[in-house]
Amino acid sequence: MELMVRITKKLRSFTLQADFAVKDELLALLGASGCGKSMTLKCIAGLETPDRGRIVLNGRVLYDSDKGINLSPQERKVGYLFQNYALFPNMTVAGNIAFVVSGNKAEKERKVQENLSRFKLQELAEAYPQELSGGQQQRLALARIMAADNELLLLDEPFSALDSYLKWQMEMELKCFLQDYNGAAVLVSHDRGEVYRLANRIAVINKGRMETVHTKQGLFKQPDTLAAALLTGCKNVSAVQKMGNRRIYAVDWQLELDTDMPVFNKAAFAGIRAHFLVLREKVGDNTFVMDVVDVVEDVFSYLIMLRRKDSEARPVRLEIPKAEWLQLGNPTEVNLYFPPNKIMLLER
Amino acid sequence: MEWSPLIISLQTAAVATVVTFLTGIGLALLVVRMHRFQGLADAVITLPMVLPPTVAGFFLLLLFGRRGIIGKFLLQWDIQLVFTWKAAVIAAVVVSLPLMYRTARGAFEQLDPDIVNAARTLGVSEWRIFWRILLPNARAGILAGLVLSFTRALGEFGATIMVAGNIPGVTQTMSTAIYAAVQANDYDLAGQWAMIIAAISLLFVVLLNWWTSWQTKGVRQWS
Repeated sequence: MELMVRITKKLRSFTLQADFAVKDELLALLGASGCGKSMTLKCIAGLETPDRGRIVLNGRVLYDSDKGINLSPQERKVGYLFQNYALFPNMTVAGNIAFVVSGNKAEKERKVQENLSRFKLQELAEAYPQELSGGQQQRLALARIMAADNELLLLDEPFSALDSYLKWQMEMELKCFLQDYNGAAVLVSHDRGEVYRLANRIAVINKGRMETVHTKQGLFKQPDTLAAALLTGCKNVSAVQKMGNRRIYAVDWQLELDTDMPVFNKAAFAGIRAHFLVLREKVGDNTFVMDVVDVVEDVFSYLIMLRRKDSEARPVRLEIPKAEWLQLGNPTEVNLYFPPNKIMLLER
Repeated sequence: MEWSPLIISLQTAAVATVVTFLTGIGLALLVVRMHRFQGLADAVITLPMVLPPTVAGFFLLLLFGRRGIIGKFLLQWDIQLVFTWKAAVIAAVVVSLPLMYRTARGAFEQLDPDIVNAARTLGVSEWRIFWRILLPNARAGILAGLVLSFTRALGEFGATIMVAGNIPGVTQTMSTAIYAAVQANDYDLAGQWAMIIAAISLLFVVLLNWWTSWQTKGVRQWS
């Protein structure tokens, strides 16, 4: 199954531009809230209309602004998993499935039974949605999408309203379902962990503009842009000036650093993840004396805010295992090493 | 005691409520889906609720009178509406429609739009969405609108007396009968009709409240 999307839509504060293809895999759109990622899904499902572009699913044109094609949501066969699952409150579990199944009575009954058992809902067939737990509601929503013979699955922030324990359980259930689903799916989320665990490839959306699609490993190892670095959870970023072929001046940190990566012309920022910073005995290459500005005790580690000695520079954040930090005995200054192979150079 | 005002009132209110029910729900759906001129359309439909009924009656006279646009048109088939019980029905519809329309619209708008959108992406036709999702989930609001518009139609006076007059046995309803009785200084008769209207209206509103509290049993309230 294959989905091709190339659309633009003018929104209040920016223009949404999405351009991607999905083939029998789960693609994640990662973006901050209000960046246009849900709008992209709504355009694919036909619940919103783009200004221009083309959407093709398995060779069927769902939308084409040049040819004036715009299929109704009913004709598109695109399954949409809503954040709150949007179950029909006036129908039982079995009724929710039967309502969307087409065909004669025997066929309907067969499909209802098939999906009840596939999603382990047989015993709840006569219950109403408000009597179900979160996990059961999600299973019913998926059962309904499968029963309607949809050709694509869109997942709109499926776990964003849940507490972390429940979220994990639901994520495992969804992962389990996706393993034997094998079709094309698009997941929208702002949670980097969620998309890393569930998706094969990830595209970052920043203020409506879609950046290059990466494998998930590639995106987290070397994000292209400042927005991608922040969305993948990079805590330390600074504007940079090019000093040499592999040398930069980090303006915000007030540090001159060597990098493994050649400094390309569009490099405007540098970033380094908090757990890649290293404490050293002595000052040396890429190693600087830093004042300890703040020490924050996190659940399993200490977060140490460090600033270039005797400066007003922006502090960098170091994440260090608890035992390791306690061994040092609360120093007021440390020597901090920036491994050159961990420094990421980013476009604006 | 002459019972014709009771029968004429019930008959008028019943017919008017059927028309109001269907038109009110239709208009509510139409306005909810409008993208432009929603505010204007809403105002026009709501107007009879805030205008004096005599103003509504005056406009109806202009429309349906012998020289009115619709009146002239109907006269071609020898149909005259003014001063018949059908005119009382039209008057009752116009003043009770805003109540049906507003409560139905409120009930539709309270529905989670994602539920309707989910049904659409699952291939359910708009017609089935209306019958199986919109109507059942908005039934509390729709029933409230039904009872409010029926009781309003039952007690309608101002517009009725202007377009249907006060002809005993033909267009005299309970409320116009009260007016006539007071004019004739017959306070006993006026009092009897007043009690009957109050009793019928009270009964319907109490039934509505019973049904609503039975429906929402177990639902948390803010007070």
